[in-house]
This record gives sequence, structure tokens and C-alpha cells, in this order.
Amino acid sequence: MGFLTGLAWLVAIVIGVIAIGWTFRAFTVAISPKPLAKELRTAPLTASFGMVIILIYIIVAIFAPAIAPFSETEIVGREYEPWDDTFLLGTDNLGRDMLSRLIYAARNTVGIAFITTALAFILGSVAGLLAATVGGWIDQLLSRAVDVLMAIPALIFALLLLTIVGTSIINMILVIALIDSTRVFRLARAVAMNIVVMDYVEAAKLRGEGLWRLISREILPNALAPLVAEFGLRFCFVFLTISALSFLGLGIQPPTADWGSMVRDNATLMTFGDITPLLPAGAIALLTVCVNWVVDWQLHRASGLKE
Amino acid sequence: MAHVWGMILKRLALGVVTLFVVSILIFMATELLPGDFAQEILGQSATPETVKALREQLGLDQPLLTRYLSWLGDILRGDLGNSLANGNSVSELIGKRLGNTLYLALYAAAIAVPLSLTLGILAALYRNTFFDRFANAAALTSISFPEFFVAYILIFWLAGAGGIFPSMSNFRTDPTLSEFLYRAFLPALTLTLVVTAHMMRMTRAAIINLLASPYIEMARLKGMSPIRVIVKHALPNALAPIINVIALNLAYLITGVVVVEVVFVYPGLGQLMVDSVSARDMPVVQGVALVFAGAYVLLNLTADVLATLSNPRLVHGR
Repeated sequence: MGFLTGLAWLVAIVIGVIAIGWTFRAFTVAISPKPLAKELRTAPLTASFGMVIILIYIIVAIFAPAIAPFSETEIVGREYEPWDDTFLLGTDNLGRDMLSRLIYAARNTVGIAFITTALAFILGSVAGLLAATVGGWIDQLLSRAVDVLMAIPALIFALLLLTIVGTSIINMILVIALIDSTRVFRLARAVAMNIVVMDYVEAAKLRGEGLWRLISREILPNALAPLVAEFGLRFCFVFLTISALSFLGLGIQPPTADWGSMVRDNATLMTFGDITPLLPAGAIALLTVCVNWVVDWQLHRASGLKE
Repeated sequence: MAHVWGMILKRLALGVVTLFVVSILIFMATELLPGDFAQEILGQSATPETVKALREQLGLDQPLLTRYLSWLGDILRGDLGNSLANGNSVSELIGKRLGNTLYLALYAAAIAVPLSLTLGILAALYRNTFFDRFANAAALTSISFPEFFVAYILIFWLAGAGGIFPSMSNFRTDPTLSEFLYRAFLPALTLTLVVTAHMMRMTRAAIINLLASPYIEMARLKGMSPIRVIVKHALPNALAPIINVIALNLAYLITGVVVVEVVFVYPGLGQLMVDSVSARDMPVVQGVALVFAGAYVLLNLTADVLATLSNPRLVHGR
């Protein structure tokens, strides 16, 4: 592939992104009620393009069985068949339909990443809010424990833990959720620390509100905005970590379709100049880029930064 | 100066404590194994007698604290135990590959650090122009790409049919410098692309943060050229956050090599670790994790010390 061809593709992609982003923004602004439309109008083209793609991913993930032409694990042809009318994207190393597996993987990979992030958030923010509200030795204990866990690089720690517990989907979800919750804990604690000293929290304490009510009714609503933005970022990290582990053969195990392991299984095709193995990797990259773009817009809006 | 050295000594002591705690954590990993080490080594052939004999031989019948201390002592002497898979000494296995991984990380850093500093300064200089927007979007995009995607795109583009560079960088014998630079170019380029974006964005942000300060305005009013204002006045004050980001990214390079090494079949520590995790070869995983974690702690420590030293307010005191 020549340098110029690559450049031409890049330009085409940039124009495509701008066109889709602009169309979607114009469309949503037109159909949504006034206050929402005002917000949407501030979205940069990248963010509105991101929203389109995220929407498409969600639809594909939910309706995977209806969209996919073949089943997830069925062997339907010979190995490595080229793209044709029956197998739109060819077949993989075992003769399974590539397109169907790509579609099912949207459900598996994204679903697992979402569950993991949610778990990490519940764990991290409950511990963080608790540490900030109660303070004292609970705070010390949790904070020091998190310090220790964060002293080892995340991927290396995940590999160490996976050696102990063995590789399976459940184990991977738990291990990554545990490691990621330390990052959430730091943020939740820092945000809550600023809220705990507010007068209305003091007043609520004097009113005799219990710990749980204090956290859920007084502190959480005020700490929600940064936590939601963080959820998007953490989702990207978790998603990339899971893909990396699956790519290394230590994450989502066969025969479950998954983008990371699909790249690994079909990588030999690359040497023959076939781009099929790049498609699942591209699917990962595209979703992460889009989530990042949307989060970037939200963070920019929340911080009110102008320069 | 005296109190700066005190501060640095305190940081070093904290670093030693961190390393110590990390070693406890990694040691405890074996304790969490279902069954225990002896059972794990013997596998299928474990009879109660052999397990008992091996336990005594490995000292597993000793109390936890004694075992930890002797384990730590062994490590300080450079003995990391033997691999469960083939019985080779772990220190030897790691020793052979540690150099390769470090060279690769250094290679990538040597390209990435100057590149991202230059791009960051340029983006700060031409802020809110098309160049800045483009650099920002590109940075955000490259952060979101999985390493193996970047790696395979590079392989597809620069290696493979009619390509210039080899897609596999496994060298059997000791390569010469030029051969190494040639063979390891694609992995190093992949790592560079992955870390440059973050460093560039942070450099830009650190400089732009300072642009509203009175002394920058003064320099501007004197009629100084924008590039001089940024390089002479803003950059030295932005150094501390920039050093921190660079160190963070170098630390990331050390762990980022795992995936890249697997893609390019590069004979480094990351590949050793991945192979050992799937074989559940605990001593090797422990050893490699210890090396990685040690490097990570050391880099963060160096960054802290350098950031302190780059701040004249702290160095000279009152």
C-alpha cells in the first residue's frame, strides 16, 4: 500500500466523520425539545459523530442474533475463505463466519467491559464515599490499601492475579474490577472530601441522618457529575485492558466471540496482505475513540474551560 | 540546599517502603494458590508422601514470616527460585531478557520524548489554530487505539508485501547496534505512537496554564516573540508537571511492552510473563512482576525527585 493511498483514505475518513457528525447533530437538534436541543447544539462534530457510533454499537449488541447471518460458533465453511456473497467478510481460522462473529463480539466484549466497569464503580465509589464520610481509621485503612494496590502497574498486577485464580471470564471481570476500583476510589474520595465539609452535610448530621442516608441523599447527588464523566473514561480503560488480555489469550476464552482474540486467531492473514484481522481491532479502536470524544465534550462543558 | 536533601531522602525512604510492601504483596500471591506450591509442582503425581517430602524440601512447613524473610533474603542475593515448567533458574531467564526489554523501552523513549515535547510546545504556540485542533484530535484518537491495532496497522503498512521493515523482531544471536535499531524499529514506533499523544497533551496543558500569569504578560508587553516567551519564560516553570508526565509514560512503556512484544515476537520480559501466566508458572510470574513493579516504583521516585529539583522555590528556600 503506497503512502498516497493511505493519505487519501485518511482524508476520506476525516470528511466522512465530519459529514456524519454534522448530519446527526442537525437531525437531533431538529427533533429534540428546546432545552435539550440547546445543549446538543454545543456538541463538537467529533462528539456528535461519537454519539452516532455508540448508538449503532448498542443496537448491534442488543439485536445481534437478528442481524448476524450465521450463528456465533457454528463452522459454516472452509478455513480462511475470502470475502464473497455468502460470507461477506470471509471465514476465520476454524471456518466460522467472520461477520457473524464480529456482530456477536459486540455483545460479548462490550457487555463484559460494561459489567466490569459498573462493578468497579460500585465497589470504588461506595468505598470512596464511605472513607470520606466516616474518616478516621476506616479512611486510613482503605487509603493505604489502595496506595499499595496502585504501586504495581495495572496490567502486570492483573496478570499476577490471573495466574493465581486461573483464566476465565468471571475471574477476569473480578480481577479487573478490583484493580480499576482503586482508581475510582481515589476520585470518589477526593470529590466527597470537598462535600463532607459543607454546611448542609453538617446540618444533616445534626438532624440525625444515618450514615447510609447521608451518603446516598446528601453526598452522592453532589458528587455525581465528575463520577459520570469518569465512568466514560474508565470504560475505555477497562475495554482496552480486556481486549489486550483477550488478545494475549488470557481473557475471554473460546469459543465465545470476542474482538481481541479474533485479532490474535486470524493474525496470520495479515502476512498475506488481507485486512480482515484488522476489522475487530478497528471495532475496538472506533468505540474507544467515540466514547473518548463524547467524554471530552462533557468534561469541557462541565469545567467551563475556554482556552 | 540542606532541606531539599532531607526531602529527597524522605522520598527515597518512602520508595524503599513501597518496594517492601510490593514484595509482600507479590509473596502473598503464592499463599493464595488453591492447594499449595508443592501440590502445584507435583501436579498429577502428587501423593501425600511426595507432597510432604517436597514441602519439607522447599521449607513450606515453616511459619509464614520465616518463609517470607528467607524469600526476601534470596531475592536480595539475586536468587528468584526455579521455574515450575522447566526447572530453570528464574534469575537466569529474566537476566537474558531484561536487557532486550530495557533497550526497546529506551529506544521508544528516545523517539517519543523529544517528539512529544516539540509537538506540545508547538501546539501551545499555535493554540486554537487548525494545527492545534488537529494535533488534539489525533492525540485523543491514538490514546484510544489498542496497542495491537497500532502494531498491526504498522505491520500492514511498513512490513509485509513489499515492506521495508521486518514484521518479526526475533533475533537469535546478539545483534549489532544497527541491526537492532532496524529490527526493533516497528515495535519502538508502535510504543512511541501510543505514548506520544498523552505527553504532548500534558505539555500543552502545562504551558497554557501559565500563559495568564503576570510575568508572561510582562514578557509579551516587552515585545518578545511568542516562541521566546514560551521557551524562555513558560517552559522552565512548566517543567515539574512535564517531568511527572514523562516519567509516568516511561513507566507505562515498561508495562506497555507486554502486548507489543507478543505482536512482534520480541524476546523480552513481557513475552516471558504472558507465557508463564498461561502455564501458571508462579515463580517466573512473581519474578517478572517484581522487576516490572520495581522499575515502576523507581521511575516514579526519580520523577518526584527531579520535579522537586526543578523548582527553585524548593531548592533555595528562604
